Parts: sequence; C-alpha cells; structure tokens
Amino acid sequence: MAKTYFTEDHEWLRVEGGIATVGITDYAQEQLGDLVFVELPELGKKLAKGDTAVVVESVKAASDVYAPVDGEITEANTALSSDPSLVNSAATGDGWLWKMKLADESQLEGLLDETAYKAHIG
Amino acid sequence: MTGDDTKHLPLEDLHVAAGARFGAFAGWSMPLTYPAGVMKEHLHTREHAGLFDISHMKLFEISGSGAEALLNRACPFDAGALEISQSKYTFFLNEAAGIIDDLIVTRLGRQRFLVVANAGNAEADEKHLRQLALDFDANGEFDAKIEALDRVFLAIQGPEAWAALSRAGIETGSLLFMHGFEPRENWFMSRSGYTGEDGFEIGLPEAGARNLVAKLIEDERVMWVGLAARDSLRLEAGLCLHGLDITPEIDPASAGLMWAIPKEVRASGAFIGADALRAILERGPAQKRVGLKPEGRQPVRAGAALFDADGNPAGHVTSGGFGPSAAHPVAMGYVQASLAKPGAELFADVRGTKIPVDINPLPFTPHRYRKG
Repeated sequence: MAKTYFTEDHEWLRVEGGIATVGITDYAQEQLGDLVFVELPELGKKLAKGDTAVVVESVKAASDVYAPVDGEITEANTALSSDPSLVNSAATGDGWLWKMKLADESQLEGLLDETAYKAHIG
Repeated sequence: MTGDDTKHLPLEDLHVAAGARFGAFAGWSMPLTYPAGVMKEHLHTREHAGLFDISHMKLFEISGSGAEALLNRACPFDAGALEISQSKYTFFLNEAAGIIDDLIVTRLGRQRFLVVANAGNAEADEKHLRQLALDFDANGEFDAKIEALDRVFLAIQGPEAWAALSRAGIETGSLLFMHGFEPRENWFMSRSGYTGEDGFEIGLPEAGARNLVAKLIEDERVMWVGLAARDSLRLEAGLCLHGLDITPEIDPASAGLMWAIPKEVRASGAFIGADALRAILERGPAQKRVGLKPEGRQPVRAGAALFDADGNPAGHVTSGGFGPSAAHPVAMGYVQASLAKPGAELFADVRGTKIPVDINPLPFTPHRYRKG
C-alpha cells in the first residue's frame, strides 16, 4: 500500500516497496506557471537530501527541485522531455519527476502528511 | 527595495479582482500573471488583444521655448525635426555614450514634448533633465518646464486592439505607428508599444482609466496581460529592456541601436556623449548585441556566459527565456564583434552544460506595426 508524503518545499513522494516517486505539488506548479523545460536527472545518480535533483523551467525562471531524502535515481519521467506541461496539468499524476530508491526509510518520518502540508500552504 | 518603499499601481484593486499574481519590479508591486498564465496571455496578445497596466512607467511633459534645445542636449536626436504628433525612440546618454535610459519622445505642440521613461529610471531621469536645464540657465532666461504627469498608463496591444478601442468609443483610424496626440484633456494616446504588435499606449487620469478598463475588459477580444508575458513578447520582438540589454555601460553602437540616431546628428550633434560615440563608431564597437537561439528546448537566461568553439569567453546573455509564439527558447546578448554574425559557433553555459546557440536575426517574430 503506497503512502504519500509532502515536504515544506512543495514536493510530494509516493513510497511503495522502498521506491519513492517524487513530484511537485499542485500548489507549486501554480506558483511556477507554465513549464517549458524539465532538466531530468541521470539514472543511477546518488543524491543526498537537499541536493538538486531536477531543474524545472517556466517561461520566466528556472527553479531547483531538491531531493527530499537520500537515495539513488532509478527512473526519470522522460515523457516530460517532449511535454513539460504535464507537470502543470497533472502535477501529482503523469507529471511526476523521478523515482528513487530510498537509502534510509527512517528519513520519511521527518516529512509532512497531507493534512500537515495543507496547513503549511494555508 | 523593502516592503515599505514598494509603490502600488492606482488600479491595483482591479488586478487583485482579476486574480493577478504580483511581484516586485523596479520598486513597484506589479501584476506578473493573471489566472490564464503567461503562455495564454502571450499568445492571446499576438492573436487578439492584451491589456497591460504599465503605470509604473513615467510620463514627463517638457514645454517652453527651451524644450527643443534641452532635448537635443539630452538625447542624440533632432527634436526640431519632429512633426507635431510624431514620436521617436531615443535615449539619454552619459558622457561615455552609455545609455542612462531609453525613451519615447512625442511632439505635442510647437514647444511641447511628451517623454515616456522607464519605471526604474524615472527619478534619475527627472533629476538629469532638471540639472541639464539648470546648466542652460546661466543668464536666467532659459525656458524649459519639466513636469512629471500623474497618469494611469495602459497599453493595449495586438491585432484586435484598434477594434476593441473602437467598441469602447475611442477611434484610432488615422493614427499611425509612432504617432501620438491628446484625444481629450489630460489624455495622451500613441500608436506604439513594446510587443512587436500593432497597438496603443494611453496615459489618462485614474477615473477615466477605470471607465476605459471596464469597457475594454468586457470585450471578449481583450485579456489582462501581466509583466511576465510583456517580457516574453518584447524579447521575441527583439526589443531591449533597460537594465539588462542596455545599461549606462552600453552605448547605442554596441547595442545595434544606431538606427535611432540620424546621420546628421551623429556627425554634428551637440548631445551629451557625442564625442565618445563618434570615437566608438570610428574604431568600431568591441562587442555587439545579437539575437540568440539555443538548440533544443532548454532556455538560456540572463547572465549565462557564452563561449566560442575553442572554449574561449565570447560574451554573455542579457535576456533569455522561452518564446511562446516562436515555440523555442529565445535570448539576446553581447558577443565579440568578430563573432556577431550568422553562422558563428557559440555555446552558452547553463549550470555547467554547454548548450549550442545560433546567432538569430532579430526579431524572432515579425513586427506587425501599422505604418501606413
């Protein structure tokens, strides 16, 4: 059974079998506006919590998306190469950014659940 | 700017009601986007009509028997050659021929001119003009009155702008690109803009502006457009943003803006910076402004360094983003004069990756001005 976590940096993680699918929240995509490019991570890249995993670019600006936990990239959403606007239209679905194998599942305990995230964005 | 110093648009409540997202620009809290989003706002302007609140820009009236002489000193142009109602794009230059600000000057009457200046430079511009007027005033007889006008300033841009204005009761019929006049008391309207499209800019008192906006915005051809799309529109149109593409360290020759300076003025003009500009023209500018088209879809943005094929520094990007109408990334920047030609092999550094960029003629999207 997959469980969904959130970060204060407006990312979501869906965790199943030690693998987290990561994306940005609907609130975040609204703030960024129309995306025109997503710089995807290399497979196998090891990231520590807080490292830049992906750069999303809107018409106006580039923004970093950070690794919410330690882990290794197992998949990147290549559909975004041809259609970055998926992040706008389906931020928590087809617009996911990458999947990572968790290095330390106990780090999940420090993240927000949906109720806490909703309170965070007000 | 701290929060307390931030200036607010007179029509801010209308933008709030329209759902605008605000951001700071040149000391002002400005609508960046509306709920439609930058992409739709941009494309709507090119297809129909976009309404922009540009009241952060400043209108000055310069009048009196010395107005012409004052402008000819401040700007590399010939104010006396302007017909009444004719507008001209020009600059304030410093002694080194650096661009203090770029402006549009319109002749309103025999001894009356209207100057439209950029928001961030408005205060410095006014000081500069007042100082110049004092310099003329050795014997106390120099007559040039400089008045900062208190106006809402709206731009309506796009192929259907004229029709929307007409429905709102404002006929634009015989007005041509780069001409302006005073249709009513305390109103100024010109056929001009900064999107590359046919369009109009209207300075008017707040009450009249509220009335006009109400009429325009109920027209389905008209949509509010924020500063984000204003930037992507002007960049596609190859137009410079002062502070990025032109600065007090950049002269008109390097910026490729010599078309704005008449030949006879270059030769004999007594404008500030004339000697420095003539020297630059004689030896040729070391760098030149060019349009840049990055390969692929990744935008190359202001500040990115440019390199030649051997990895040597070749210049830098001053404006960059994605062009919604061009449907690819678009940028402008400065490169060494020897590389400022189509076919030059250039690379932009984006977060450590070298992205090939082509020199692209400006504009990226054709201008569609109504010239006659």
